[in-house]
Amino acid sequence: MSININSDTVLLLLGITLMYSTPMVFAAQGSVISEVSGVVNIGIEGMMTIGAFTGAAVGYFSGSPWLGFICAGLAGAVFGLIHAFASVTCKADQTVCGIAMNLIGPGFALFLSRVFFDGATQTHPVTNKIPKLFGSSGLEGSLNNLNVDMTTVLALILTIIMIWIFYGTTWGLHLRAVGEHPAAADTLGINVYKVRYICVTISGLLAGLGGAAMTLAIVPQFMPTAISGQGFIAIAAVIFGKWTPHGGYLACLLFGFAQALTVVLGGGSFTVPSEILAMLPYVLTIIILILFVGRASAPKANGVPYNKGSRV
Amino acid sequence: MSLRKKFFSNPFVLTIIAIVLGFCVASLILLAAGYPPIESIRTLVESMVGRPKDISSVIIRSTPIIFTGLGVAFAIKTGLFNIGAEGQYVMGCVVATMVGSMLDFPKPVAILMVVISAMLVSSLYAGFVGLLKARLGIHEVISGIMLNWISLYFSNWICGLDFFHKPGTIGMYPVNPCTYTMILPAWKRSEAGAAFMEQYPILKETLGRTDVNAGFIVAVIAAFMISHLLNRTRKGYELRAVGQNIHAARFAGINVNKSIVHAMMISGALCGLGAAFYITGQSPHTVATLSAFENVGFNGLSVAFIAFSSPIGCLFAGLLFGGLLYGGAGLQSKVGAPTEIINIVIGVIVFFCALSYLIPRFVERRDAARLNKKRKKQAQKAMKKGGAHVN
Repeated sequence: MSININSDTVLLLLGITLMYSTPMVFAAQGSVISEVSGVVNIGIEGMMTIGAFTGAAVGYFSGSPWLGFICAGLAGAVFGLIHAFASVTCKADQTVCGIAMNLIGPGFALFLSRVFFDGATQTHPVTNKIPKLFGSSGLEGSLNNLNVDMTTVLALILTIIMIWIFYGTTWGLHLRAVGEHPAAADTLGINVYKVRYICVTISGLLAGLGGAAMTLAIVPQFMPTAISGQGFIAIAAVIFGKWTPHGGYLACLLFGFAQALTVVLGGGSFTVPSEILAMLPYVLTIIILILFVGRASAPKANGVPYNKGSRV
Repeated sequence: MSLRKKFFSNPFVLTIIAIVLGFCVASLILLAAGYPPIESIRTLVESMVGRPKDISSVIIRSTPIIFTGLGVAFAIKTGLFNIGAEGQYVMGCVVATMVGSMLDFPKPVAILMVVISAMLVSSLYAGFVGLLKARLGIHEVISGIMLNWISLYFSNWICGLDFFHKPGTIGMYPVNPCTYTMILPAWKRSEAGAAFMEQYPILKETLGRTDVNAGFIVAVIAAFMISHLLNRTRKGYELRAVGQNIHAARFAGINVNKSIVHAMMISGALCGLGAAFYITGQSPHTVATLSAFENVGFNGLSVAFIAFSSPIGCLFAGLLFGGLLYGGAGLQSKVGAPTEIINIVIGVIVFFCALSYLIPRFVERRDAARLNKKRKKQAQKAMKKGGAHVN
């Protein structure tokens, strides 16, 4: 093994970790707010894909990455709203509905891509990517690894806001009550349906932003493989983080770190085959789950539609 | 229950409604994108069932997703969400190819060995998920997702090993012909076979041009066996009881942990069975390096949902799904509409399947309203009559 662990390696690892985890952090915060309010949203992956396409397409046509970023959030929110309608108003099976979102989202993204980009399943690269934290000139030497995308900073700010909403505001308390015991929340005058509608729509919005964080910051365009599993990993990260915003954030970082490790180790003259290295993040997740997490503690009413007036 | 409500509660009727709605939404989208909707759908249906060769191809295309659909549906009936079907299918394919490329036995023995090894590995792979859930309470969705990715890279790793890698390709050595499960593969290439098929154009189109294989027949048998297991046996009762109410099942003396592991293993074995028949029954009889999932397992999820988790229903849902996937290619080449419209159609069908339970309620409410109206009218009439009588 010929890897020298020095400050350069550490900074490189840190930079790649933050880069990989950013889209997942947005999606994970989306997943956490939906699940804590009591609605399973397994359609995060599909909502990310539609966001990734919208972000790249609007970014390309308008030339403004931020406009693309916002539109990506709105596109995700539309899908979130559909999911909310099905799972809150219609009380449909949330898992089935989420799977439908995962089919419709990528289907729509690729369909629209073919319509707008002459039959191609990938968009043209955007001219302006989302700026870096320290500008394009960057920092000196290996410190430049810390010149992360602005989206990475936004993801951290988002997480802090989420923690504040969850544990520092009355609305956050309502939100958690709705997910734990909707009937009790209802008797206190909390509008369960309204809270869930808002949460699931925000969930879609954040997933859409996560998708755009991929196609406007990490790679400059949308392609069919732009979102390949990040949404599912984000859902896993939320379960892993025990349905808390900070837990989800840390789980995403851990996952990004495992991927960064793969990249850094793969670069050296390492004897382990690259395919085995690529398994590392997933194997690591299972091992950590076995060793540390134990019984997951989901919100009690997660996945259960609420019928006003029903007896629990 | 009124007759009409009974009719609209039938899962088959509900699925048909969902399918019709799926095509309606797709038509609107096609219209908005500037493609002729009616012609597109006609082309789609024509490319699915237009020629005998198409029907045969649809059946072949559907076979693997019927198996994964069966696996997922079985897991749903027992209260488990087997999102790891994809990984179990990939593992089955790799193992089937590994074993099949080394074997040189008489036909039935060779096929049996491939099928058993693929089923065994897939069921163990799924059983691990069940074990994690039963013993440690780790959600089957998260471990399933992780194992999906692990299987993908495992498959690629095996593909690259010198022992299995076929030089000059991106895949492994194909399985030996002694494991083939196509129907009469040697005969149809022989002169006698060609001469015989010349007399029957249908046979020439289907058997001669496509990889007609035993997989679909096995899938039908498997569907009926799973249906029997679930509904007619003690084991099936126990598994379903755990799925319905885990606490009640435990109280009734059912070993819940064992049930979860067994249910996952059976679900995985079905995915492995599908993989074995895909590898032995369809060209190229091998596994190639994958850059992304081929979605056979994920499509099984949709099949199971469209079938409302009925094993027999999975046969039809699988054929529909396979048909749409196959016909989608024809749609793009003939009308120019993007083939991804198929994913939207299937997604919308699944979406409306999730909403479909509203339909019987809606019918009931309308029936009740009508009955009310009728009664009111009768009451009014009676009043008028009564009034006249008094006068």
